[in-house]
Amino acid sequence: MDFLLQPWPWYVSGPLIAFVMLILVYFGKTFGMSSNLTTLCSIGGAGKYTDFFRFDWKAHRWNLIVVLGAIVGGFIAVTFLSDGSSIALNPETVSDLRELGFCEAGESLLPPEIFDWGSIFSLKGLAILIVAGFLVGFGTRYANGCTSGHAITGLSNLQLPSLIAVVGFFIGGLIMIHVLLPLIF
Amino acid sequence: MKLLKFFFVGIFFGIVLVKSEVVSWYRIFEMFKFQSFHMYGIIGSAVFLGVLLFWLIKKLNLKSIDGDAIHLPPKDRGFVSYILGGSIFGLGWALGGACPGPMYILLGTGVFSMLIVIVAAVLGTFTYGVLKDKLPH
Repeated sequence: MDFLLQPWPWYVSGPLIAFVMLILVYFGKTFGMSSNLTTLCSIGGAGKYTDFFRFDWKAHRWNLIVVLGAIVGGFIAVTFLSDGSSIALNPETVSDLRELGFCEAGESLLPPEIFDWGSIFSLKGLAILIVAGFLVGFGTRYANGCTSGHAITGLSNLQLPSLIAVVGFFIGGLIMIHVLLPLIF
Repeated sequence: MKLLKFFFVGIFFGIVLVKSEVVSWYRIFEMFKFQSFHMYGIIGSAVFLGVLLFWLIKKLNLKSIDGDAIHLPPKDRGFVSYILGGSIFGLGWALGGACPGPMYILLGTGVFSMLIVIVAAVLGTFTYGVLKDKLPH
């Protein structure tokens, strides 16, 4: 059972993600996590402002149920399926991060420098989380999909638009990591 | 019961994404630095298997659980919205280390600051909906 508690290698994880996609397709749905954000807007009454959110959200309840499950899954994974081992990052990555001021790279899933309460209660820390979330929410809808919808499902379905979107993901990601992040930290 | 199965899919998805470390900000940083094969291996093997599975579904005309033909909706043609929207998404993904699935999974792992990211993401989606007709697509 030890292998379950250790981090799972890519050749196990990748196929399991493909299985999640397959099972959702078999259930008559699609693997596209970002639709939950649209559904939440619709539930919140965003349909009053624009037609974009005027649809029967009850038909999309399933993607909120997936989200609820994902929260529980996250809890189960760290509580019962973890041996506390750190993330085996490339030592180069660790030293690059140290230069930026991230001192505990790989010891937990996320850097405390961004996500701890102490960081959030500064103007800069709060701004980082809000800007990051806003860009993800805005960009995913503009591009009509996120990592699951484009990088996994779209590419699996050989969709050219998805390839363009994935190229976009990388343009944005590379600019953030190589240009902007060193300016922020 | 009809909806319960999606709850279990979500649990499985959450566990896989934590155990594979793709919900980790550090892994995403490492990916954009091209310093590890890990993330590329995950996405690559998922897509490789996905292409095979979708090909089989079409070839064998497989049916869904309700007995309907499985329809894999094609994405609308376009360029500007995909490249611009994708880039905006990428900026946020690399900064916050979370896309629309992992932000919830991370909340479940006990990172409650993710609530701020989630609220901001809903707001971002709302803003897109309002501005949609004014943006180039």
